[in-house]
Amino acid sequence: MNTAADAVKQFTPRARTALDTPAIRNNFRKAMDGLMDKRLDAFADWDLEALRELGAAVRLRALSRLPELLELLERNLQANGIQVHWAQTGEQACEIVRDICNARNARTVIKGKSMVSEEMELNAFLARSGIEALESDLGEYIIQLAGEAPSHIIMPAIHKNTAEISELMHQATGTERSSDVDYLTASARAQLREKFMQADVGISGVNFAVAETGTLCLVENEGNGRLTTTVPSCHIAVTGIEKVVEHLADVTPLLALLTRSATGQHITTYVNMISGPRKVDEKDGPEAVHLVLVDAGRSAIYQDRELLDTLRCIRCGACMNHCPVYTRIGGHAYGTTYPGPIGKILMPHLLGLDNAGSLATASTLCGACAEVCPVKIPIPQLLQRLRSEAMDGDPQRSATVAGHGSKRRWLEMLLWHGWTVFNSRPWIYRLGTGLMTRCRHLMPSRLGAWTRYRSAPRPAAHSLQQQLRQRQHKEQ
Amino acid sequence: MNTRDAILQRLYQGREQQGGFEPPVSDFGVLQRPHWSKAEKLERFARAMGPVHGEIHNTSRNTWHQLLQQLMQEKGLRNLWVNSDTRHGRLLADHWQLEQIPLLQRTQPINEWKDELFNRVDAALTGSRGAIAETGSLILWPTPAEPRAMSLVPPVHFVLLDSNRLYSTLHEAMQQEGWADKGMPTNALLISGPSKTADIEQTLAYGVHGPRELVVLILE
Repeated sequence: MNTAADAVKQFTPRARTALDTPAIRNNFRKAMDGLMDKRLDAFADWDLEALRELGAAVRLRALSRLPELLELLERNLQANGIQVHWAQTGEQACEIVRDICNARNARTVIKGKSMVSEEMELNAFLARSGIEALESDLGEYIIQLAGEAPSHIIMPAIHKNTAEISELMHQATGTERSSDVDYLTASARAQLREKFMQADVGISGVNFAVAETGTLCLVENEGNGRLTTTVPSCHIAVTGIEKVVEHLADVTPLLALLTRSATGQHITTYVNMISGPRKVDEKDGPEAVHLVLVDAGRSAIYQDRELLDTLRCIRCGACMNHCPVYTRIGGHAYGTTYPGPIGKILMPHLLGLDNAGSLATASTLCGACAEVCPVKIPIPQLLQRLRSEAMDGDPQRSATVAGHGSKRRWLEMLLWHGWTVFNSRPWIYRLGTGLMTRCRHLMPSRLGAWTRYRSAPRPAAHSLQQQLRQRQHKEQ
Repeated sequence: MNTRDAILQRLYQGREQQGGFEPPVSDFGVLQRPHWSKAEKLERFARAMGPVHGEIHNTSRNTWHQLLQQLMQEKGLRNLWVNSDTRHGRLLADHWQLEQIPLLQRTQPINEWKDELFNRVDAALTGSRGAIAETGSLILWPTPAEPRAMSLVPPVHFVLLDSNRLYSTLHEAMQQEGWADKGMPTNALLISGPSKTADIEQTLAYGVHGPRELVVLILE
């Protein structure tokens, strides 16, 4: 946790570095522009507002019954033969996975894409336990070769261009340098096929966990998710507790929203619905299936009606694709598992406002994220709430987020208090503005962060009140 | 208290503190499509499959095996994994004329022949449960006769689709077939085209882990 907390603290210098790196800005700009267009095309035939309303309603219904649905999910999964585990923290979840691997004498693990496992830092944990975990999603495979974290939750290697990837694969695996994407893809396929055949355990994430039927839904294009959950003799799925939905039918609007919002696809190549381990007469599929339900801060978010809207998220990444800040600084600048707008409202809960408080301020509040969010999370509103929590700034409601009040400074509080007095007493206001107009030449030209990119404001020669008084005087 | 109970208790308490909350009504009307005729469903299915490189052939219940043999030759495929326990498998075996292209009968668990499966099987043939017109998706529920690997591991996947088994939407398919009420199979799949990736600079590449080609034979 310490490393994650330290990483996010370097947000400002990293953002500066990213802005000064043209390659990063070009790679992201190009990718995000394409994704925005594709999303629009994909929703062209839809009543998008009504669909988003439905998506939000389905997620809110699931959250309104979250504890009951988790219990129902557990019962139905167990009835189907899937073993259910609960973890309070990421580390506990890692331990559960390790113990399952050890009980099977598993030494190699093949992984499908899972953001929760990134959040848990599972690969590093397993490596320390002598278990090799190999990422099989092409994007994840590439960044694993590079020893990097994902820069986007859907397209983990979006920050790299073909030449960089070719060089990386050449260095790490001896693949010939090439600008032919088909060739690079085929080389990765060949290398990973061997690994799929040998792996003892497959680990995947979950897009939707259906309580009603005890079904785990996975959405993907490559087929690596299906191989991960089909070939090894044991499948471990890890997911946050908020991913549960009530009915199987609830999956349909969320699926329609997820793939179109994420990549502008009407559907992904594969929608994989898993409801149990291999039955006696079946010829493939894992003999054992486990689900690890990870809390890791989610039940804390659930304590507040406004903040729990964060848990509606279906991880499509549309908010980052449309974010002017994300597009310019890229995903790595945030230093968090989840970058972009969703990261800004989620990570402060997971890491504490004292560590991740600056994320909530790295927004222009332009509202693009909320406009495209498929489940209508009011992201700008939540950003303002977190900013307020960081200052302990709401006198009506006591702050609850971990690390709240960490940005509160006595000088700033004093100034705001003065501001309130100044604006609520007419005679002080008149006196003050009178003084300011007369002493306007004394205004300093440097005002800290404000004047880093702007010139300092200078008070007018006459205040608005003075001008109105003069005009009234003339008219009389 | 164990971890499970601690998490659940925290959730129950959190909701109680807020006095519970009523979610808005879920109106599924937006998912409904006007009644599409069979021809329109077939046309929409083909239109959705096209851009994602799904190959579609219209054929008949009596002659599809000829077309399949022709396609096997055209594509230069060296063998075909098919199970003769299925009706279409038996039919194909009875009519198979390509002596140099063997039909592979593999009914043992895949872990017993992994090496051959991953390295030497060129194509597989499966049936399908139906399809979804709106998104161009095949519905497959793998069975002991046609396990998951058939639609996943060989580079080419041939699928038979009954032209009378098209649904407008996924929602309609689930509702009409009563998936939730009847209970879900071990594995249910929607397949919409061959395996693909855009992870290298957003450039589409096909056949990254699953089949490079998906060939749908629609039976009239």
